[in-house]
Amino acid sequence: MLSEHAEEILEALAVQMEEQGKKPLDLGMGRDDPAIEELVKLGYIRKDVDHIHLLDKGKSEAQKALRRHRLAERLLVDVLDVKDKAINEVSCKFEHLLHEGVEDNVCIVLGHPKVCPHGKPIPPGKCCGVKENKKGRLMKFVSPLSELEVKDKGEVAYLHAKDNSQMQKLMSIGVLPGMSVGLLQRFPSYVLQLGQSQFAVDKELAASIYVRLIK
Amino acid sequence: MSKPEPKNSCNIGYSDIIEVYISKIEALLQGSGYKITKRSLALLLFQEDEEILKLVKEREGERFPEIDKLIQEVKTRYPQPLNYLISLRRQQEASAISSRVMIFQKNPLITFRERLSRIMMNPFTGTPILLFVLYYGLYQFVGVWGAGTLVDFLEDHIFITHINPWVTNLVNSTIPFKLIQDLLVGEYGVITLGVRYAFAIILPIVATFFFAFAIVEDTGYLPRLAMLVDQLFKRIGLSGRAVIPLVLGFGCDTMATMVTRTLPTKRERIIATLLLALAIPCSAQMGVIFALLEGTPLGLAVWLGVIILVFLLVGFLAAKIMPGELPTFYMEIPPLRLPQLSNVLRKTWSRLSWYFKEILPLFIFASLLIWLGQITGIFNILVKFLEHPVRALGLPDQAAVAFLFGFFRRDYGAAGLYDLKKAGLLSSNQIVVSCITLTLFLPCIAQLLMNVKERGIKMGIGMSVFILFFSFSIGYLVNLILTVLRVSL
Repeated sequence: MLSEHAEEILEALAVQMEEQGKKPLDLGMGRDDPAIEELVKLGYIRKDVDHIHLLDKGKSEAQKALRRHRLAERLLVDVLDVKDKAINEVSCKFEHLLHEGVEDNVCIVLGHPKVCPHGKPIPPGKCCGVKENKKGRLMKFVSPLSELEVKDKGEVAYLHAKDNSQMQKLMSIGVLPGMSVGLLQRFPSYVLQLGQSQFAVDKELAASIYVRLIK
Repeated sequence: MSKPEPKNSCNIGYSDIIEVYISKIEALLQGSGYKITKRSLALLLFQEDEEILKLVKEREGERFPEIDKLIQEVKTRYPQPLNYLISLRRQQEASAISSRVMIFQKNPLITFRERLSRIMMNPFTGTPILLFVLYYGLYQFVGVWGAGTLVDFLEDHIFITHINPWVTNLVNSTIPFKLIQDLLVGEYGVITLGVRYAFAIILPIVATFFFAFAIVEDTGYLPRLAMLVDQLFKRIGLSGRAVIPLVLGFGCDTMATMVTRTLPTKRERIIATLLLALAIPCSAQMGVIFALLEGTPLGLAVWLGVIILVFLLVGFLAAKIMPGELPTFYMEIPPLRLPQLSNVLRKTWSRLSWYFKEILPLFIFASLLIWLGQITGIFNILVKFLEHPVRALGLPDQAAVAFLFGFFRRDYGAAGLYDLKKAGLLSSNQIVVSCITLTLFLPCIAQLLMNVKERGIKMGIGMSVFILFFSFSIGYLVNLILTVLRVSL
């Protein structure tokens, strides 16, 4: 198993890859870090004079590390209700507890979120493409409105629409985080109780509304 | 000099970064003549309000690049769109205010009203309700009572026995010119035909339709209908929202074409306009078609089946062909309410007066064109020309006149066929074929003008040419099928 520090290096490399193309990461102060040696030995990274490079073998590990970090953030914000400023600090510790298997369960519980609370994409995992069957479905705390059962109630956790115009439409009918929402009907359109009003939306819009369930 | 900002306004505080940028922008806004505070302007700029952006660009001139730079800067400070953050903050404030002054019951009782609403929105119970509304609201009230009883009374007892003979006598005895006599009181005269059609046939039908529509509208039934049909309408490139102009089309397609403006995308507006022009018969036309098909329930079923099929098929193909953004459906479902008679009457009246203001001149104009066409002989040439496709449909030559007039007003055409039926010149099969063709046939001249006005000249004319060929092809096809199968309706 990787050390915590090694995971963080991988994560930094994944962010680097995502945001600035494939530039190498500056070694800086961490020149003699044992975690770097650990990663070099595993064949995940390559080290030259003052940079480290992510190798193909390390890529999927790096993606996983990033996924765990962002899932941890989602879990903290959506379910555990940790306030903005503390997120980074807590999630940096939390992510190391989410290992193989656990991370996918967290992902399921959160309803396969696509972005972290900062709007950055969460790399999808094994669990994301799989259709869960109705009976064996895990209890979710946060779920797209389109996957709720009739009579489920909750609070809008966040919105994730495919584009800005979809987002505008949701906002125009007052679907915003914190609003209480309940599902009244699924077919032929989704009917939701939003505060004191009722709205009908199609499946696509319903799938953009993530709800924190209240039992 | 700009006015001082009001001191005691109830401002909502936003997060620090937004506030800093608001004051930076406030300092830069020096133009005059804005009707709102600088703070509101800054907030609207952050929300990418296009109108305000344009206005500020105009008023601030050389200061605008600086302002724009600040807007772009503040946007990069947040991962979410500012619009979202600002709305969210306002929502919080609104919730806070309402929670101070309002108390809600924990588990509100499901009222009768709510129960009825759910029944309407459930497809299994909602479909019978829809059929009930269509049968009593449209067929019985508009079709049988409005287009039957009322029309018969106004036409036979008021116009044909009283007004027409009186006007004809008056005109013939005071104006000695045969030409003018024909224009005013001839077979297609402005008074004997134009005014009579407008008041004895169209008025009762359209008035009953608008009355029924206003009742349905005021109960809040339409959004529930919209959510029922949304999935079906997505297949034909529309969203559930389009059900409102389409239902209105059963009253007047011209008015409905104008109402397609309420649809959010251009693609939806084009598809809805085409379907209105092609497959939605207006109330005037339907009135006469019901009268024509009276006594042949099988014929009525075939007519209905073909029109529905064409509606779905053309919508489906149009959705496949047309590029553009796919429709999204979202609509508020207001609580069900008992309609108030005074509101219903006021709505009916305002729609009727619009209708007559727009349509009556066109009636007169159409009578005038028919008169001109007849005295110049152009009509005879056009009728001769139309006789070929009419014969191909297996119809008698006289039907060509009905089709030509059908263009001036769809219901003129249908009424022309009605005269042929009365004279015993049409078999049941022929009636069905001609009803189908005429329903699909070119929209009336008013709708053609509205199509051009709303969709542009190219699209408006293009649609008409398509409809001309398409309607005759479908008529031909139906006749062929009936003949080959040796079906006699």
